[in-house]
Amino acid sequence: MSNDLSVRNMVKKFDDFTAVDNVTFDVPKGSFFSILGPSGCGKTTLLRMIAGFEEPTSGAIEIRGKDMLGVPPNHRPVNLVFQHLALFPMMNVEENIAFGLKRRGVKGPEIRKQTDTMLERVGLPGFGGKQINQLSGGQKQRVAIARCLVLEPSVLLLDEPLGALDLKLREQMKIELKKLQTKIGTTFIYITHDQSEALVMSDHVAVMNNGQFEQIGTPQELYGKPKTPFVAQFVGDNNQWSGNVTQSNPGEIIIATDDGYSFRTKGDAPCADGCRVNLYLRPEAIRIEPRQTEGLNVFDVQVKSILFDGANSRLLTTTKEEHELIVTLPQTRKFDHIKPGDTISVGWHPESGICFEAEA
Amino acid sequence: MIRSLPRSKTYNWSFNLFILLYFTFLFAPLVVTCVLAFNDSNFPSLPWQGFSLDWFIADGPDRIGLFHDDQNLRSIVTSFQTAFFVSILSVIVGTCASFLFEKEEFRFKGFLYFLMLAPLVIPGVILGISLLLAANTAGTFFEDVFGLDFDLFRPSFWLVVLGQFSFISTFVTLVVSARLRKFDHSLEEAALNLGATQLGVIWHITLKFLRPAIVGAAAVAFLMSFENFNTTLFLVGSEPTLPINLYLQVRDGSTPVINAVSLLLIVGTSLMALANLYFTKKGD
Amino acid sequence: MNRSRLAFWIFFAPVIMWLVLLIVLPHLDLLTMSFRGENDYGDPIWTFENYTNFFTEPVYWLTFVRTALYAIITTFITFLLAMPVSFFIAKLARTRAQGALMILLLLPFWVSELVRIYGWMILLRESGVLNFFMLKLGIIDTPIEMLYNDATMIMGLVYTSMLFMVVPLVSVMDSLDDSLIEAAHDLGAGHLTIWRTIIIPHCKPGITSGSIVVFMLALGNYLTPNLMGGKNSLWFTEQIYNQFIASFNWNQGSAFGFLLLLLSSLIIWVGLKLTRQKLGEVAS
Repeated sequence: MSNDLSVRNMVKKFDDFTAVDNVTFDVPKGSFFSILGPSGCGKTTLLRMIAGFEEPTSGAIEIRGKDMLGVPPNHRPVNLVFQHLALFPMMNVEENIAFGLKRRGVKGPEIRKQTDTMLERVGLPGFGGKQINQLSGGQKQRVAIARCLVLEPSVLLLDEPLGALDLKLREQMKIELKKLQTKIGTTFIYITHDQSEALVMSDHVAVMNNGQFEQIGTPQELYGKPKTPFVAQFVGDNNQWSGNVTQSNPGEIIIATDDGYSFRTKGDAPCADGCRVNLYLRPEAIRIEPRQTEGLNVFDVQVKSILFDGANSRLLTTTKEEHELIVTLPQTRKFDHIKPGDTISVGWHPESGICFEAEA
Repeated sequence: MIRSLPRSKTYNWSFNLFILLYFTFLFAPLVVTCVLAFNDSNFPSLPWQGFSLDWFIADGPDRIGLFHDDQNLRSIVTSFQTAFFVSILSVIVGTCASFLFEKEEFRFKGFLYFLMLAPLVIPGVILGISLLLAANTAGTFFEDVFGLDFDLFRPSFWLVVLGQFSFISTFVTLVVSARLRKFDHSLEEAALNLGATQLGVIWHITLKFLRPAIVGAAAVAFLMSFENFNTTLFLVGSEPTLPINLYLQVRDGSTPVINAVSLLLIVGTSLMALANLYFTKKGD
Repeated sequence: MNRSRLAFWIFFAPVIMWLVLLIVLPHLDLLTMSFRGENDYGDPIWTFENYTNFFTEPVYWLTFVRTALYAIITTFITFLLAMPVSFFIAKLARTRAQGALMILLLLPFWVSELVRIYGWMILLRESGVLNFFMLKLGIIDTPIEMLYNDATMIMGLVYTSMLFMVVPLVSVMDSLDDSLIEAAHDLGAGHLTIWRTIIIPHCKPGITSGSIVVFMLALGNYLTPNLMGGKNSLWFTEQIYNQFIASFNWNQGSAFGFLLLLLSSLIIWVGLKLTRQKLGEVAS
């Protein structure tokens, strides 16, 4: 499979601050690629370099095999959907979408045809005459995307375009964007600080922190096999313990946590006895009152409160050493008897623990 | 184009050059005026005859410096007095007006608001002649009916004050209204809730909040009054303000004393404008 | 909330006095005066004579038309100059330089108009600074009188009213999201297209308010045409002044004043209608 975009050793420095630090990645044709990171991690700078609004300090960008260095934004086969969409308020929907075609010197009737087709494809047929301020948030979103897609770019760049929407609409738009991308087949590069957006929509996600890529992988890989503590903490929720390795066997280690527990967990990286580690455990990995305790790490916790949130409900619990743990509460009515203040036993399988050597 | 878009060298260079030329255009007359105030020459022109403070401090018989020029000094004092009364009057009435338009509801409010804005679009000259006419009419009326004679109704110091006040109040109203619009009404309600009276709230809470805007508006009013020419021209009596006095001198030929006065004006107003800017920034 | 009536009257009384006594009545007086005259026996009568004089005497209405045209030209030149300056300050200058540039821009305009014009006079006149340098550099052999012609007068008017165009333009350009320009560029637009389709449409409100103020100031200006214009560049405000002060024909002067007021109101009204704005929005 060929790559639509490949970035090699890209660096961007502002005075003595390094915003993007030696980033390398490839985006296969037709895929949905997300860059996920906290605000200020350099993801917007990276995107703007791909779009051509910033020049990299060093490194190379190739789009469909063509070197893009020194090519101004209007001559790159990429288009950008801006964070606040940047729809032109002085034009109506149709004029916004036709803007790029007009600049290319496409003839009037042809522009009309393409604009109408595009409006239909994004699900807004007949909206051409509307003013921008008559549209809802989700409709603006789609117009902004249509305005770029009508130019048939090799790569569509999206800079947190869902950030301004309210929660309900954001959930809806996530699914719509994914559907749209699958339908049209254009390569999307999507920037976000919201892990759920990245996980839901993307084929591949790069997690970015302090200007560097921590890990690139499918959403499943990032969630299930995080390679760095940052990824483990940033993608999904996690409970955390610190402790020392007391015994390390092939594929498995035993950890003595600082508050006195002894846990067995899988250990991929060879860890010497006595070295300090951080242990991460997903809330859904902790089973409540397991019937089969064979092979599990089992201990008692006290329920502090029930964080009811439909299918995402959790228990806020503490061990007797006041270590806080979040535990997924399956809504199968099986655990309806649990009340705040109860003491319950919980257990987790060694396979679900994630261990990293603690930094010195 | 803008900073984030690629720009050609020529584009940048010619733009910078244009801005440089523009600011030269802006400051050239002021700089020349200031510099020539110190030229040891009887005319405000080059060549440079050497540095001299004559046009500030000389006391005759050939040259009379500004500090011994009674006529100019008197007009400066008059301007200060005018500006002082104008700013006090217009701040009081302008603040009342902003309360009236921002907080009260009454019939014909829209029409009255339009009237309040009218001085913005009435040329100063027209304002001047209208007031002159009205003052004359009123003066004739009082004399015919009551046999009374008021100096106020003749071109005089107080008529100038009234004339300037009539349009400067509009600017004060706009400045104070802008600040009043930012005022959080729940503060007032809280004070009322705690037992304050309506006027007490305005005095203790709202006016305190408005203080930066009121001080700023007073400074603007002072400057506007100090440099007003168009309206004043028709209302001025035997005590000319500084701009009128300067105008008469410039029209009939010039001496470097005018440069000296201008220099003081430039320095004075700049300092005042900067102070005003500084305090309004701090107030925000 | 039950608003106190006392507070209302405290605000209302001074404002209504200001507006009625100093704005409404004087202008009504202006209107009536313009329809008054004397018959052959010197008795006061109602008459249209002051207006018929205006239309039958070419020097009057020609001055009127000239003043209006030159004011429009001034407005247009001011706009052309102010556009790139405001663009530079709002979009090209670094954030730290922006504040300093704004202050530099404002400073000259706080100084009395008279001082600024005086500065231009000593720069441009026959014995002026510019001539001195051009002679020294050998560009010219004999001094040129650069004052007292229409071009210089228009330059003076542009200079005087520049600020009132730049300030609204800077603030309206500041509010233009950079990403709109980037988006247009990304979609393939060149510089000219970006100006035509994005920047100018966005700046319309600022252009309107700036143009209205500049036009107003140029139309009502007295000092600049009087001191920088030539013998042939009579301005309509000068006609008014002549009628009032020189000829002492207040009735004729009132008619002129009223016509000028009518013209400025008309142009402002048309400007607001064309851009569908309200006076209140432009003022604030």
